[in-house]
Amino acid sequence: MNWDWNVVDDFMPRFWDGVLVTLQALAVGSLIAFALGLVWALAQRSARVWVRWPVVAVTEFIRNTPLLVQLFFLFYVVPNFGPSMSPLTTGIVGLGLHYSTYTAEVYRAGIDGVPAGQWEAATALSLSRGRTWRVVILPQAVRRVVPPLGNYVIAMLKDSPMIATIGAFDMLGEAQTFSNETFTTEALTVVGVAFIVIAYPASLLIRALERRLVR
Amino acid sequence: MMSSEFFTTWFLPGIWITVQVTVCAAALGAVIAFGTGLARGSRLWIVRFVAGAYFEVFRGMSALVLMFWMFFALPLFGWQLEPLWAGVSALGLTYGAYGSEIVRGSLAAVPAAQKEAGIALDFTRWQRLRLIELPQAWPEMMPPFNNLLIELLKGTALVSVITVADMTFAGNLLRLGTNETTPVYTLLLVLYFVLAFVITRGMRMLERRAKAGIGERPEKRGGVGTKSGGVGTKPGGVGARSGARGESLPAGPRSVGGGR
Repeated sequence: MNWDWNVVDDFMPRFWDGVLVTLQALAVGSLIAFALGLVWALAQRSARVWVRWPVVAVTEFIRNTPLLVQLFFLFYVVPNFGPSMSPLTTGIVGLGLHYSTYTAEVYRAGIDGVPAGQWEAATALSLSRGRTWRVVILPQAVRRVVPPLGNYVIAMLKDSPMIATIGAFDMLGEAQTFSNETFTTEALTVVGVAFIVIAYPASLLIRALERRLVR
Repeated sequence: MMSSEFFTTWFLPGIWITVQVTVCAAALGAVIAFGTGLARGSRLWIVRFVAGAYFEVFRGMSALVLMFWMFFALPLFGWQLEPLWAGVSALGLTYGAYGSEIVRGSLAAVPAAQKEAGIALDFTRWQRLRLIELPQAWPEMMPPFNNLLIELLKGTALVSVITVADMTFAGNLLRLGTNETTPVYTLLLVLYFVLAFVITRGMRMLERRAKAGIGERPEKRGGVGTKSGGVGTKPGGVGARSGARGESLPAGPRSVGGGR
């Protein structure tokens, strides 16, 4: 075993670049996942079969196929027909799209969890559809939805190194190129430890949030 | 489009490798899940602590980074693993950690009266576990294990980046060779979906059997594909703390946030 702290020192500037890219991908990816997931969830509740069915089929398909292959698909196949995007953009879109199918389920369960009496009360008060959603249903659904959404952000963090495979310079991408240039492996270990250091406090935070929001 | 020669030399063996990796990693993961899950309910605090630490570390770890680390860094510590086994161990270790939470949760969900009855009958701890607790917890574990297996199947695509020739690897080879991307990657996605579907069917069957074994009727489930009742759970959710029961319930207030 040979561990050289100098190598770690050399890697540090690049490591912080990688952390920034990872966090950036995570932030934008989460926003996409949260927004798109809500769209899927509402579409799945649609009364029209021709809206509901395709959305259910597409989300099931995306959820049951590997993110890695989806990234390859977005990066190598989609440019044949449509826009070609940079590795990082592709990665962010891929992460967001993949996780939107999970968040859709979270929203669905959160909305279904609002007691039927709340809907009936809104009808009895003759609130409009928009008002029912805005002031009655969604505020109650949100507190059930926040902790699981947080969990998916952590899960996304752990899947984010996959974007290195299509050439984005996140933590893993930086570590890989650094290791290849210097024939060392300390960088990989540093990144591995970094994941635990980021993910563990984050999961503690979400547990605390869960205790407060879900009674 | 791919030549038939390519198909038989790379693609079909690739599918077989994917299946092999899934099965081996699932077996390793199951051993770890049960070992750690039981250890986390141990009476000795040191056993609980070690198992808990294992769970926290491997749940916080990215499977891909772990795989890279085992493939590139472990040899320098004097331990050379074959790529295939590096992949299998990385997947088994990560998903085993997630699985331990399912085991712990569903064992904890067995009604306390059952355990007390076992004590009253003067069963040893091992007898209680084997004859009373596990048979009742087992059907509860099925739906979350199904979700986990599908996550594992999706995770096997990662072994292609450490040069294991699974079907994703074959797809990438074809891309490099011919620049044809659309048919290969579409085929790959469909294949993974089909495998996931097969796993779900198999697990449903197991669940029905397990429930029949303890005289319960399987709950009716609608829906297409692999939804398997509950929230499409990604493992490692902290919300899954309360365990398997909360996750496997159909949509309801309890299935969000795992429970309390």
